[in-house]
Amino acid sequence: METYQIYSLASAVIFAVGLAGIFTTRLFFKKIIATKIMGGGVFLCFVSFAERDALAFADPVPHAMVITGIVVAVSAAAFALALARRIQQLTGQETFPVEEE
Amino acid sequence: MTDLPASPLVALLVGVPIAFALVSLFFRTEGRARTGLLGSLGTTALAFPAILEVARKGTVIHLLGGWAPPLGILLRLDPLAAVFIGMTALVGGVISLYAWWYFRKEATAGGTSALFWPLWLFLWAGLNGLFLSNDLFNLFVTIEVVGICAVALAVLSGKAASLIAGLRYLLAAIAGSMGYLFGVALLYGSTGTLDITLLGAALTPGPATTFALIVMTLGLMIKTACFPLHFWLPPAHAAALPPVSALLSALVVKGTFYILLRLWTEVFGVSLTFAAGQLIGVAGAVAVLWGSWQALMQDRLKLIVAHSSVAQLGYLLMVFPLIVLAPGVAAESANWLSPAWTAAVYQVMAHGFAKASFFLSAGIIVIALGHDRKSSLRDLVARLPMTAMAIAVAGVSLIGLPPSGGFFAKWMLLKGIFMSEQWWWAPAVLGGSFLTAGYVFMILRLAFAPAEAGQPVRPVPKALQVCALVLAIGSFLIVLPADHIIQFLESTAPFATGVETYPEGGRHGND
Repeated sequence: METYQIYSLASAVIFAVGLAGIFTTRLFFKKIIATKIMGGGVFLCFVSFAERDALAFADPVPHAMVITGIVVAVSAAAFALALARRIQQLTGQETFPVEEE
Repeated sequence: MTDLPASPLVALLVGVPIAFALVSLFFRTEGRARTGLLGSLGTTALAFPAILEVARKGTVIHLLGGWAPPLGILLRLDPLAAVFIGMTALVGGVISLYAWWYFRKEATAGGTSALFWPLWLFLWAGLNGLFLSNDLFNLFVTIEVVGICAVALAVLSGKAASLIAGLRYLLAAIAGSMGYLFGVALLYGSTGTLDITLLGAALTPGPATTFALIVMTLGLMIKTACFPLHFWLPPAHAAALPPVSALLSALVVKGTFYILLRLWTEVFGVSLTFAAGQLIGVAGAVAVLWGSWQALMQDRLKLIVAHSSVAQLGYLLMVFPLIVLAPGVAAESANWLSPAWTAAVYQVMAHGFAKASFFLSAGIIVIALGHDRKSSLRDLVARLPMTAMAIAVAGVSLIGLPPSGGFFAKWMLLKGIFMSEQWWWAPAVLGGSFLTAGYVFMILRLAFAPAEAGQPVRPVPKALQVCALVLAIGSFLIVLPADHIIQFLESTAPFATGVETYPEGGRHGND
């Protein structure tokens, strides 16, 4: 098995773990962590493609994109945490209410 | 693509709202609102010369910093992008005027309303950037800008219900964009480019491409609130402030639909199958029926309107089975492509105008009566005649009665359905219209019913009512220039292009 295949498979597994995490918990904090895990999978996949086509040097474009992606993901997570904290202050809730529909 | 005529207007469409958003942050409440309104009207005004430029020269481009793709980023304004930008400009402009008067009347405690203007201008810049982008990673950045601003706007009231709905919205949005980004990574890994034009030529079918297609489609479907991934939309849109609900429903969800449309027709042609198009169509048809049925069951006006958005977005998805052709059908002989694309564009515009008007009217009712339960609608015709008329006019467009924009969209959709002999979609289109008629007429029946005694009606500024009515009438007026708009669109791909499929090519595309 080649290196890039291992990376691709691992990233798909990490992505799936994160995705499953979002649906299997009602806790705000766990859901936010789950989205971070999804992001980890995606970034791993992205970075592993830098060693493409047996180039003599690493392709810099994926790194640039992953850095941008990380910045975006960190901001989104910070925003989500701020929302979760505010909800907890206002109502004391830490989980999503059960759907009534 | 770099040999097309360049125009600085393309960059200004993104730059102007960002500049005004930044400048507005230097002011306090009053000055910020003024800068914000000025920026909104400026961005609206800018759309007209940009559209004229496209009408004169065809597709125009702008190379950011003078760097050509594949390394640099190219913004391209083609007729399809121009129509979306024009719709955003008109609807966004009227909503901005409404917001100006709304926040003067309902100045919320703590000055949170002052945050509306910078967030809305950043959102607008993100949307314009999204329509102009020709690069998958650039699109990722714009959908994040749009998504985060949209959630921040949705929680602006600071109430617990809107915060919970906003967090749910944000988590759905993050999950959706991570799915999209995963697809971007895979496409970059297999082709080494992210430029849509170059990708369309370089992409080869294979498991990686199919997987990218699936995760990107699902990611964008979450963000467009497509059935069955629509769960976040009704609470978030119903709990937001009225100008915000209008923006979210009329404009924001259309952005990701636009990406989906472009990706399917310009990038993923090689690995799409007839079945994939049919599956998206099924999701759309179920959304139309389920969303309309749910809207009938609600007892708060804003929830009715929010569920109706889920249904109206379903009509947009029903265009995909018409565009993805059956194996063996050549795109040249498929004469239903033009009606199908017309249906998509007109559904986007008609829903944009009508739904914005509906949410603005709901906001007016809340100002007047303090709540939006069904009983608030009683005797609306006598209490707020102009708003009652706006609701009726917008409702007629949502149902799809002639001569509204909604009618034109649904008529074209039906025409495309019968010309392509995929008659099995027709019951969903008609059924959706009947159910929509159900909740619109229920609202109108209440509007004529006598009111319960003892409910005081607070005065509502006329300007707010005029804004809602203008948008409702706009959903009719868009039909008048239909010939010109279609001619304008038909000149350039991807309008009226179809995706040819082969019985042996690729795998089934979607879950």
